[in-house]
Amino acid sequence: MTNQRSQAEIVRQSLKQRYRKERRFRLYGITAIAVALLSLVVLFTDIIGKGYTGFIKTTMTLEVVLDGEQMYLDDPTDKDQIAMADFQAPIIAALQRYFPEVESRKDVRELSRLSGNYASNQVRDLLKAQPNLLGTTQTLEFLVHDTVSVYVKHADNPAYSIRLSDQQQRWVDELVEQGVVTTSFNDVFFSRGDSREPSNAGILGAIVGSLLTMLVTLVIAFPTGVAAAVYLEEFAPQNKLTDFIEVNINNLAAVPSIIFGLLGLAVFIGVFGMPRSVPVLGGLVLALMTLPTIIISSRAAIKSVPPSIREAAEGIGASKMQVVMHHVVPLAMPGMMTGSIIGMAQALGETAPLLLIGMVAFIVEVPEGFFSSATVLPVQIYQWASSAEQGFVELASAGIMILLAFMISMNALAIWLRRRLERRW
Amino acid sequence: MQTANLLPLILVIAVIAYGLAYMRSRSVAGPLGGIRNLKALPFYYAARAALWCAIPALIVLSAWAAFEGKVIQNLVVSSLPVELLPTSAGEASLLMSQINNVAAGKLNPNFVPAEVVGAADQLGALKAQSSQFKAVLVVLIAVLGAAFAWSRVQPQINARENVERALRWIFFACAAVAVLTTVGIVFSVIFETVRFFGKVPITEFLFGTSWSPQTALRADQVGSDGAFGIIPLFTGTLLISAIALLVAVPTGLLSAVYLSEYASKTARAVIKPLLEMLAGVPTVVYGFFAALTVAPFIRDLAEMIGLEASSQSALAAGLVMGIMIIPFVSSLSDDVINAVPRTLRDGSLALGATQSETMKSVIFPAALPGIMGGILLAASRAVGETMIVVMAAGLAANLTANPLDSVTTVTVQIVTLLTGDQEFDSAKTLAAFALGMMLFILTLALNMIALKVVRKYREQYD
Repeated sequence: MTNQRSQAEIVRQSLKQRYRKERRFRLYGITAIAVALLSLVVLFTDIIGKGYTGFIKTTMTLEVVLDGEQMYLDDPTDKDQIAMADFQAPIIAALQRYFPEVESRKDVRELSRLSGNYASNQVRDLLKAQPNLLGTTQTLEFLVHDTVSVYVKHADNPAYSIRLSDQQQRWVDELVEQGVVTTSFNDVFFSRGDSREPSNAGILGAIVGSLLTMLVTLVIAFPTGVAAAVYLEEFAPQNKLTDFIEVNINNLAAVPSIIFGLLGLAVFIGVFGMPRSVPVLGGLVLALMTLPTIIISSRAAIKSVPPSIREAAEGIGASKMQVVMHHVVPLAMPGMMTGSIIGMAQALGETAPLLLIGMVAFIVEVPEGFFSSATVLPVQIYQWASSAEQGFVELASAGIMILLAFMISMNALAIWLRRRLERRW
Repeated sequence: MQTANLLPLILVIAVIAYGLAYMRSRSVAGPLGGIRNLKALPFYYAARAALWCAIPALIVLSAWAAFEGKVIQNLVVSSLPVELLPTSAGEASLLMSQINNVAAGKLNPNFVPAEVVGAADQLGALKAQSSQFKAVLVVLIAVLGAAFAWSRVQPQINARENVERALRWIFFACAAVAVLTTVGIVFSVIFETVRFFGKVPITEFLFGTSWSPQTALRADQVGSDGAFGIIPLFTGTLLISAIALLVAVPTGLLSAVYLSEYASKTARAVIKPLLEMLAGVPTVVYGFFAALTVAPFIRDLAEMIGLEASSQSALAAGLVMGIMIIPFVSSLSDDVINAVPRTLRDGSLALGATQSETMKSVIFPAALPGIMGGILLAASRAVGETMIVVMAAGLAANLTANPLDSVTTVTVQIVTLLTGDQEFDSAKTLAAFALGMMLFILTLALNMIALKVVRKYREQYD
């Protein structure tokens, strides 16, 4: 009896410690989840914090006197004169009206650096288009220089003002106060291609490039993937060849994406002589990369169609192909589409293979077709993120937000499709 | 005519063939007393006509488009006088680009030898001829195919069988694309790798401890022969992957355990998709985060406690990569834990063990092989990951185990060697393919082992 009681005693005594261990174990689990979710939150806040300024542009509105004498220009229709004329001069003069004390060459140069690098081009293009404006006074809106833009957008943070001299900072403050320099929604960002100047660079080129590339990927990968899945699930005989195909698909799903870039470089460019940096090539490489994902999810969708449907169709005399094409594939379609959308979202965010096939080139124009040089969203982000200038970092995070918005909406579409169309048997 | 324009043309011809065959099958069926007297429905006669029209034409078109460029190039080069014939691969590519540029009007013909201008003219003529021939041939084949199928719209022929057999072959071809891709990958790396080993001995590549692929342009330059020792790259890759796994494995595993054992249904429904979001974020975003936020943070932190850290430390890249593979580990371990039979768990709980004791001494040992498989898969992910390391790890091939130092990886070197200026045939470019082959073999091996382990584990409880 005493022995038994002591056994119970031992258990009871250890119980407290065991419960404490239990609680500790639970805590580990919660901590792990908290760490993972916290990194997600930090990631998103970091990107939004860095990037929201990318959606803001800084402009200055000036009364510019288009004085022909000042620009060394008396006939804007003359090509040679246009090439030689000084279009920066009227902008400097307009700025000097706010700061009459600026006279020395050095100061004037500093003052002129407040306006963006493309401001003089803007004046030139205006005069080229409307030569009769020569000699008149126009109210024009210019993008400010990148350093000024960064300074204005981060007015409360001294770390962002280091690229401007004290004098320039004073001028900018003055101009902001007078309402000459203002900030507004960055429409430039959504209407242009890349540029060497951050405030002039836009993401439209990359978005169009991404859309073209994804279209090629979709057109190649979706039918091929569905057909392959149908073959493997419905027609493939049990033999070595089928096994070999299956092993290949499973391995391809795990091959690092950069290897597909090597494939594109060596085979499509090297052997078949396809042009570099075009959406067709990018789409082809990404299609090969997403194919395993689409095949695997399509097979799962086909598997989930109950055998009773096949049997019923076969029972009334349908051929195997009719069973598949009239019944199995339409019923499995929502599942296949869900898998494909998720695969496409992955392809949309893929960067590494596209770097190797030359989609990393600096391309200013918005691509016009499947065979014109293009870049895509993630590569554009990579390029901006690798530039040293603060203005580009903003653009990179703004680009990331757009990329994430695309991906989240694609995934939401996939979830919606699954909820809406998928049947439970 | 451009290949891209021929595709819609073929499609249009196919649609016309479909319509004609459909109408003919109906008119053939008319005198017999309706379509029930045909061997197949009109749809199948029509579909067969469309297939006969499109498939041969497409095959010829793609073959032509694939080899057109090379054949024309060879014809042009062989027509050049002997003294202009290129002696090396570099000269050949220079010559070709000269000819191309003159032909495209980008290069002033006065700047190049007259023979090159002649070649450019010939190139233009050949190209024009080729595309004419191509267009005529393809359209001819399409029309002939359609005509043949049209003439075969006969009531005693079972078109359905033909169409179904053709579809089966098309489906098979689609499945075979996966095999072709693998073959393509293997061939694309193997040829260049063999050529690379012709320039750099394989032993030096595998066992060399220094990596500096800068080959000099002139023979007398300092450091003219680059060093191609892969060991620093592999240690760098392993260091970063190890850091990533150190982050991802405990976090992923513990969150999977919590989610499958403790969390309520609603918590699970909220947390799981959030965790999976981590896997959906593009790698370039992680790279940005690692390079611009985590790396400076780690450098400042290390400085505060008096350590010297590189601004491109292995630690930053590894940490962020670890965050990326957390959901990978957690969903794999979740599957594995759920595959442990309920009876094992119930038995342990019935003996009075707490949930954590059950987990630690019953479920975990039972699930261990599966978890190991999952970790191997995660490791292969980490080894092949590119963008994070390209953006956050450095280029300097240091042979070090210090996580605060800058290291470089196999994938970073592939990207650096193949972007920017490249000369085909130089050891530098070829080295990238050799690295690609190593990477392919390594990840393939990891995957094969992992899949085998996981499968064996599944079979154990099925």
